[in-house]
Amino acid sequence: MIAEAGHYALVLALALALIQSFVPLIGARLRDPALMNVARSTALAQLLFVGASFIALVTLHVSSDFSVANVYENSHSMKPLIYKITGVWGNHEGSMLLWVSILALFGGLVAAFGNNLPLSLRAHVLSVQAWIASAFYLFILITSNPFLRIANPPIEGRDLNPVLQDIGLAVHPPMLYLGYVGFSISFSFAIAALIEGRIDAAWARWVRPWTLVAWIFLTLGIAMGSYWAYYELGWGGWWFWDPVENASLMPWLAGTALLHSALVMEKRNALKVWTILLSILTFSLSLLGTFLVRSGVITSVHAFANDPTRGVFILLILCLFIGGSLSLFAGRATSLKQGGLFAPISREGALVLNNLLLTVACAVVLFGTLYPLAMEVLADFKMSVGAPFYNLTFVPLFALLLLAVPFGPMLAWKRGDLLGVTQRLLAAGVAGLVVVAIVWAWTRGGSALAPLAIGLGVFVIAGVVTDLVERTGLFRLPFATTLHRARGLPRSAWGTAFAHAGLGIALIGIVCETTWNSEYIATMKPNDVAQVAGYDLKLDGLLERQGPNYREMVAQFQVSKGGEPLSVMTPSKRSFTTRGASTTEAALLTRGASQLYISLGDVTAEGAIAVRIYHKPFVLLIWWGPVLMAFGGVLSLSDRRLRVGAPKPARAKQRLQPAE
Amino acid sequence: MRRMMAAIVALMLLAVPAVHAVQPDEIMSDPVKEARARELSRELRCMVCQNQSIDDSDAPLARDLRLLVRERIAAGDSNSQVIDFLVARYGEFVLLKPRFERQTILLWLLAPLLLAGGGFALWRQNRRRSRSGADVPASPLTPEEEARLAALMSDEAKSS
Repeated sequence: MIAEAGHYALVLALALALIQSFVPLIGARLRDPALMNVARSTALAQLLFVGASFIALVTLHVSSDFSVANVYENSHSMKPLIYKITGVWGNHEGSMLLWVSILALFGGLVAAFGNNLPLSLRAHVLSVQAWIASAFYLFILITSNPFLRIANPPIEGRDLNPVLQDIGLAVHPPMLYLGYVGFSISFSFAIAALIEGRIDAAWARWVRPWTLVAWIFLTLGIAMGSYWAYYELGWGGWWFWDPVENASLMPWLAGTALLHSALVMEKRNALKVWTILLSILTFSLSLLGTFLVRSGVITSVHAFANDPTRGVFILLILCLFIGGSLSLFAGRATSLKQGGLFAPISREGALVLNNLLLTVACAVVLFGTLYPLAMEVLADFKMSVGAPFYNLTFVPLFALLLLAVPFGPMLAWKRGDLLGVTQRLLAAGVAGLVVVAIVWAWTRGGSALAPLAIGLGVFVIAGVVTDLVERTGLFRLPFATTLHRARGLPRSAWGTAFAHAGLGIALIGIVCETTWNSEYIATMKPNDVAQVAGYDLKLDGLLERQGPNYREMVAQFQVSKGGEPLSVMTPSKRSFTTRGASTTEAALLTRGASQLYISLGDVTAEGAIAVRIYHKPFVLLIWWGPVLMAFGGVLSLSDRRLRVGAPKPARAKQRLQPAE
Repeated sequence: MRRMMAAIVALMLLAVPAVHAVQPDEIMSDPVKEARARELSRELRCMVCQNQSIDDSDAPLARDLRLLVRERIAAGDSNSQVIDFLVARYGEFVLLKPRFERQTILLWLLAPLLLAGGGFALWRQNRRRSRSGADVPASPLTPEEEARLAALMSDEAKSS
């Protein structure tokens, strides 16, 4: 019953989405508020029905109803409850259902909190949302229905792919989808603006919070996925330039550019056409990511199943939306008036440079991902594009970008003084150079690139600090005034500071990890001691353990430094009987921002075991950086100017205060 | 993530026990040569995996390639000789960093071309705008406007 109800709810959601696709549009043409308001109710009802459908699938998984094909193929009655729930989106059908649920959630949020939007704009935005939703409901119902039954239900399920049985699955895909799908809102706003032929600074103010929400989730989702790969895969690698990772990085790059260009549009009413184009491109790249991952063009653990009809269907959706939106853009963009002049050296100019570099970086990733596919099809030339390529192309672009980051927020709008800003950043520059010198002297002679890159990271952070010090008047004014000023700074200024500092911190982490990572690979017997980066790791012994749906072999290591015992580390290897697969569970020991990392290999006939031990200095900075960036995003979002929903209450409250 | 897939494929299809990237028994006794081997391994693709270098991969083929690289290094090959040897055997597909040649020229030149193109477009737009924009004095006043301005000014002079 539950499966059928879920299926039916999804069909109803499709019907609602179809109504929402057209009725509000007709309403906007006829200027009929009643018809336009249909969008609001249908968007909310859609959320209700898709939500019901999603809950139905979760219920089926939790109750291990193996008469449903999706549950049979991806679940097991002995699986821990959390993985029964996360297993819902650990497969193609379920993850698509999560995708549309989040799409409906965003549509519902616009409907619920978009009261301050002009009625026709809201009607258009929700209509465009419904086009996307209809396409994906159809996709699910036709090619990927998660509610199909099996005629002769088996007694036991086939279990979830063991590498996915991890807490990472609970966090990574929902976050990533909140990011991907969140960009559909700025896309819908852009299309609505093109249809209406009207776009102004207020438009940017409405779009920015939604873009920011999507960006925050995408940032966290990517960082989380990277950390998951780091500890789960047992190589200690955290970014592989995998096409699937690239698929999430591209919308992030475009989305970051969009955040910055929307800022120019909101503050200075310039870059309108470009902002619209970026909104379209960002969501198009999200769709492309969905296509790359879901179509099986790229084989990976993310591409749960390869079915050509699915690929063709998504490709169709992709062409329809990207082609349609870009043609609309081509036809209408010229009618949008450019406003707000600015000199090349100005805050706007800096943001344009940011956009140029981010877009080129994004294009590099796009080409790197698709070029080999194209060459194979068109020229019958098989080639590969991997990390060494991106190190030579993507990394210099980002280095340039980071070099420019401290200048941007310090330049004045309209016409800036580059020389003045350079002088104000002198201290930050000197701090960066001093760090370069120290690191270079300390590592004596190694590669000159690493100290330079660390210096760049320090420069970015010091630049942020300089900006804050200047704005609050620290050291210049009495401390109380400074405190008062700091509190008076707009939240978005703090947000910028945290986000930019996060970039610097991530850079330092990346450089430290890749340059000074120490590694120890050997076969160890019990009571052998490995020495890595000043730590002594003694292998106590091996033992077997039985988990809920796997058996594991655990190795116990005593970790000590200078004879002083620190901790016990227990890396393990798990073998899952149902799928006949095994996973390596690395053991991590965190010391400050650095980590010791042990992963196990095979046991030899003599009872020794192959181990890989890494010491990764400052590795955690790689993820603290993005977390800080996301925190900056949240701060910006809480800025009164940008608050999602009504920005008015503050003034009303003021009026009620008694006169002094 | 691909590596997971590689691991799973290796486990499920080939039904061999999981082996790790760089095994203890593969490591060369000369640390300088070993470092070279590692560096080269990072640029070579494990062909049965997705975009994964042989240094990272746990597939049996990657192990064979790692041993092959070390064999060539031990035989006294230079880094580029090792690479040439592998390309001759397995084609360009084995290189994670594509060579700069006819088929890949667009890929390599994309970033500089886009930067230059974008920069040029911005420069032109800026010039066009500053020519027609508000920053530069607008076209001189027409005779009628001059007359009107003169009238206004004299009005003001009279009234004050």
